[in-house]
Amino acid sequence: MYLTNKQEAILKGEEGWAKKKCLEIIVGLGEIYGADRLIPVASTQISGVSYKTLGEYGLQWVESLAPAKVVVPSTLNPAGMDLCCWLEMGVPEEFAEKQMRVIRAYERLGVITLCSCTPYLAGFAPRFGEHVAWSESSAVCFVNSFLGTRTNREGGPSALASAITGLTANYGLHLDENRKPTAIVKVSAKLFGLSDYSALGYLLGKAVQHDIPYLRGLPSLDVDEAKALSAAAAASGNLALFHAEGFTPESRVDISGVGERLHIDGRDVKEVYEELSTIRSGKIDLVAIGCPHASLAELKAAAALLNGKKVSPTSKLWFFTSLPVKVLAKRLGFIDIIEGAGGKVFTDCCMIVAPLERMGFTTIAVNSAKAALYAPTASKVDVVFTTFEKCVDIALEGRLV
Amino acid sequence: MRVIKCRKISAGRAEGLSLFSPAPISFFGTIDPLTSEVIEKNHPLYGQRIAGKILIYPTGRGSTVGSYVLYGLSRRGLAPKAIIMKEAEPIVAVGAIMADIPLVDRPESFDFKSGLHIIVDADRGEIIIP
Repeated sequence: MYLTNKQEAILKGEEGWAKKKCLEIIVGLGEIYGADRLIPVASTQISGVSYKTLGEYGLQWVESLAPAKVVVPSTLNPAGMDLCCWLEMGVPEEFAEKQMRVIRAYERLGVITLCSCTPYLAGFAPRFGEHVAWSESSAVCFVNSFLGTRTNREGGPSALASAITGLTANYGLHLDENRKPTAIVKVSAKLFGLSDYSALGYLLGKAVQHDIPYLRGLPSLDVDEAKALSAAAAASGNLALFHAEGFTPESRVDISGVGERLHIDGRDVKEVYEELSTIRSGKIDLVAIGCPHASLAELKAAAALLNGKKVSPTSKLWFFTSLPVKVLAKRLGFIDIIEGAGGKVFTDCCMIVAPLERMGFTTIAVNSAKAALYAPTASKVDVVFTTFEKCVDIALEGRLV
Repeated sequence: MRVIKCRKISAGRAEGLSLFSPAPISFFGTIDPLTSEVIEKNHPLYGQRIAGKILIYPTGRGSTVGSYVLYGLSRRGLAPKAIIMKEAEPIVAVGAIMADIPLVDRPESFDFKSGLHIIVDADRGEIIIP
């Protein structure tokens, strides 16, 4: 791999231990993937923030890098709790202490402590063609596909290494030839609501493990729909890039010679709701919306459904979003309506990385296929995957309806 | 003496006794982070400790948290002395670099077994069996 004199000097330790180790990580990954050189990144997004997933030694690693500073705008994945309202969530105090140590460790490195899986909805949208190093799998798939940004699916340590060095190795989705569609997927399903897009993403990710799919026949693809689709596809099958005819910027390419791999119809989408639900009846402890973090439009829709209603005393209705979106939703009156109905809107965290298993929840309802896929193992709960409207109904009744 | 050429992924040099696994290893799941013991039932190395060994296995798998597990093992003094893989993957590569554990892959031949006296010289891209 070609390295500049400056990069060689960093590897010799001339700019300190932290920068040396971080560049070693970037070069090591470049060797594995056969990169020809290193390229600058415009931003990073770093996973490994919830103490539940990072753990003690991950935390020690992040702490060990100080006093180095990140050299490009860098934000964080969701933490294990709302950084302000964690007591209201019922997060154990010793967890909260560890979690705040993690946040302070990143803060010392100069990271912007926006803890969100949707930084692109919160002031950090990369542009078309820009090289970045992001690690949240749903955001990676979203920015690659919907914005035409270029990023591999980084791990937490490699995204952090890119933040400290401003570099990544030139391989994978940074290269033109690896971004071309390799399989056509025909979608004839009519899609109603974000959970249908989530179900479609789940099917897509599962079916095309090693392909770049080209979706033909999608009825629409707005920001929230792309967010739902990306998250589920990245969770069920590591998908990091798709193209959608008529909607995504890199879909205007020659696809003659690309074969049709798959046909997804309405029945396939319906079956995902059955497949991902582990229970069919009974009491639901928690209805959780916001995987990925809820947009302003989703909070507006929630406020419209909840106006004048009351969440069952035996159930909780929690929304997860990013701090900037919550501030705006508060100004627009959506938060007051949701809280007036007994719901809660938390920031900085989500139902997957919060320690739900230590907070007394055993059954949850979600409108996200990703959350439904991860919750049973990540949080040891039973799960119902259903539509946004039915989720709200379940919260009002306190049980499956 | 036998010299086997290989590719450097993480720098350094180490000498010790080999521990060979024909099956993949995931640091998150296969290895107990507190003891370095292989805790995955049905794994060929089940019950053995990787601490202080030249660990040899074909490839890795599993969660990216595995990088931190390897780093944690080294903080506890329980890391392998060096790692030889048929084909390295990003999780173990990042963990080995964080923990200063020499790591090489793509050896010219992969006919190893446990209990061999081995020197791994990652900087020169060589595995030496004296």
